[in-house]
Amino acid sequence: MSLLIRNGLVIAPAASTQHEADLYLQDGKIVGIDKAPAGFEATETIDATGRWVMPGLVDCQARLRDPGQPEKANIESETNAAIRNGITTLCLPPDTQPAIDNSATVELIHHRNEMFGHRAHVYPVGALTRGLGGEQLSNMASLRDNGCIAFSNARFPLANNLVQRRAMDYAAGQQALVIIQPLDQELLGNGCAHEGAIATRLGLPAIPEAAETAALAKDIELVAQTGARTHFGQLSCARSVDMIRRAKAKGLPISADCAIHQLFLTDHDIGYFDSNMFTIPPLRSASDRDALREGVADGTIDCLCSDHQPHEVDAKLKPFPSAEPGISGLDTLLPLALRLVEEGLLPLPELIARLTLNPARILGLPGGDMAVGAAADLIIVDPETHWICRAADFVSKGKNTAFEGWDFRGSVTHTLVAGDIAYQL
Amino acid sequence: MPGNDNLQLDDNGRLRHFLGIEGLNQAILTEILDTAESFTSVADRTIKKVPILRGITVANLFFEASTRTRSTFELAEQRLSADILSLNVDTSATVKGESLLDTLQNLEAMQIDMFVIRHQDSGSAYFFAQHVRPGVSVLNAGDGQHEHPTQAMLDMYTIRHYKKDFRNLRVAIVGDILHSRVARSQIHALNLLNTAEVRVIAPRTLLPVAAESLGVKVYEDLEQGLEDVDVVIMLRLQKERMRGALLPSEKEYFRKYGLSQERLRRAKPDAIVMHPGPANRGVEIESSVMDGEQSVILQQVSFGISVRMAVMAMIVGHSGSAS
Repeated sequence: MSLLIRNGLVIAPAASTQHEADLYLQDGKIVGIDKAPAGFEATETIDATGRWVMPGLVDCQARLRDPGQPEKANIESETNAAIRNGITTLCLPPDTQPAIDNSATVELIHHRNEMFGHRAHVYPVGALTRGLGGEQLSNMASLRDNGCIAFSNARFPLANNLVQRRAMDYAAGQQALVIIQPLDQELLGNGCAHEGAIATRLGLPAIPEAAETAALAKDIELVAQTGARTHFGQLSCARSVDMIRRAKAKGLPISADCAIHQLFLTDHDIGYFDSNMFTIPPLRSASDRDALREGVADGTIDCLCSDHQPHEVDAKLKPFPSAEPGISGLDTLLPLALRLVEEGLLPLPELIARLTLNPARILGLPGGDMAVGAAADLIIVDPETHWICRAADFVSKGKNTAFEGWDFRGSVTHTLVAGDIAYQL
Repeated sequence: MPGNDNLQLDDNGRLRHFLGIEGLNQAILTEILDTAESFTSVADRTIKKVPILRGITVANLFFEASTRTRSTFELAEQRLSADILSLNVDTSATVKGESLLDTLQNLEAMQIDMFVIRHQDSGSAYFFAQHVRPGVSVLNAGDGQHEHPTQAMLDMYTIRHYKKDFRNLRVAIVGDILHSRVARSQIHALNLLNTAEVRVIAPRTLLPVAAESLGVKVYEDLEQGLEDVDVVIMLRLQKERMRGALLPSEKEYFRKYGLSQERLRRAKPDAIVMHPGPANRGVEIESSVMDGEQSVILQQVSFGISVRMAVMAMIVGHSGSAS
């Protein structure tokens, strides 16, 4: 199939440009921008006048709950939600049930994604330790051969620093990327809200900043020791941004992301115990939020992710501390990102790079850019559509949004995965 | 969710649920105290009953153990002629895996009009109030570390009884502020009633990180904190705080934070000593202080009945008089 997308505003993250152009696609690749390659004949044409054409989003952390928690979501429901919302690539943390610590689970995930028509690309992140138990290393090399793009212990603790050091050493020797969500389990304790005035007033067990920063400091030291290429996920504190900035300046092989909701929400949004605002790491203070935004703007934070955690209704229908943490984020990733542009945090191509090119490069994935020869994973966005966020309208099976009633601008009219139209409004 | 702030009050500003002191106003607190005063005489009658809750069914739902709060609630309900259903939920349904909401809805199906609920999760009272049917009321008998508003109101009643006016008072709350729902409710109530100065006194490990934001002065030294206060409220120190490295030992705690006769002399000579109970003699309070002249600890308990009667009466639209 060959496809011509006419007259769109083409957003190119690597070149950091946006300009009106025609786009020529063939055999799943971009074969021409501005001018048609010799002999190109379009079997289909999309008029993108007044619309933006950009790479499909690469979400570096999204839980699809598959295998293991069909009551929350599954690959079919969530890849559908992804393409409807402009996300063409999903990276799955290993805390499925069973965990992604064996080739059979990796194959099962790939098989199921094919079974549902491979609507979006799905890349599993392997468990760093067996069963995420924190003690025995997983078969990292074999898992990578089977398609795991990186290794992480998700939010599960490692038994001790020795295990962590060896896991990072082993990964470094295999040239594998390690993903860490820095969180000290003891300092986390039974905490469920940022340690500050709100937790004080509501009597909610608090999560101190040091639960993240003390762990991060140790992790950075182990990167320095082992040389393991490491990506830090879902940072929440101002001090973490500062630590990453300094470690990068020293030339350590690290990168970082934060969940996009952390750039909009703070502990104030908990209000009177709104369990949809229960996340781990927690929503922190306004100054943390502002520092995270600064980190995104200056490139200290390389990527933004949805940290998608779909839940069944009952998981949130509990008093705040007993509810399950997490926000269903696929449906709001792109609109929140566009809002950051509207608010002037970054120009559109640079902001989009944090959701496309940067995660693709860090994770070694195809796609993420708009260039001749790149994979034709791309989306067309109508920037003028206004819409109100309603959980009931979510495509994701998880209706647990923290953005109910928000006014958003911009919606996806087309999603192309490997050159095929996977979704069309 | 917006609107939750006013969950406790109906459109006319009347009490609909009683979930926490925060979100109420001075007029309501004063009305509770006045109404409670009118109920104190009921206890002196030959038949200690008034018909205010006749035909109304109250369920006491205690997910956590309680002696004093639960029995004073039950007495208050009986004196108001309510029909009563008391359940220790930790030993029944939820052990069998029933969700909290299912437990609540099953009880609602028995035409309960009012729930008195104690639960270990902060925010559970709000949660219940959000999910009961219209017309059904929820009273918070303690939710996690959040609030214990009837306890705070009986403490306010006690203070008003002995000190009359809050505006010139210095009140010190001593002990485990971090884990105390009683302290949070007391602080809100004292501030709403225009208390001149509210102090909290505790070692740093038992203070919430943003304690000042509650509207208190923080002292880490007991003797300084007690200087010239009119009211000393001691909090119970739970034994499990010795684990988890919050405190070194009971002995050291008593040495630095135990209320002794000698330390009490730093307070005003007519200062009263209160304790929500149950007290640990020799840990947070010396026996001679607990049983001493300045102690009003037992009076607090008996005031607890009329204060709880008052709150329940106000919720069904009755106020000010027991006749």
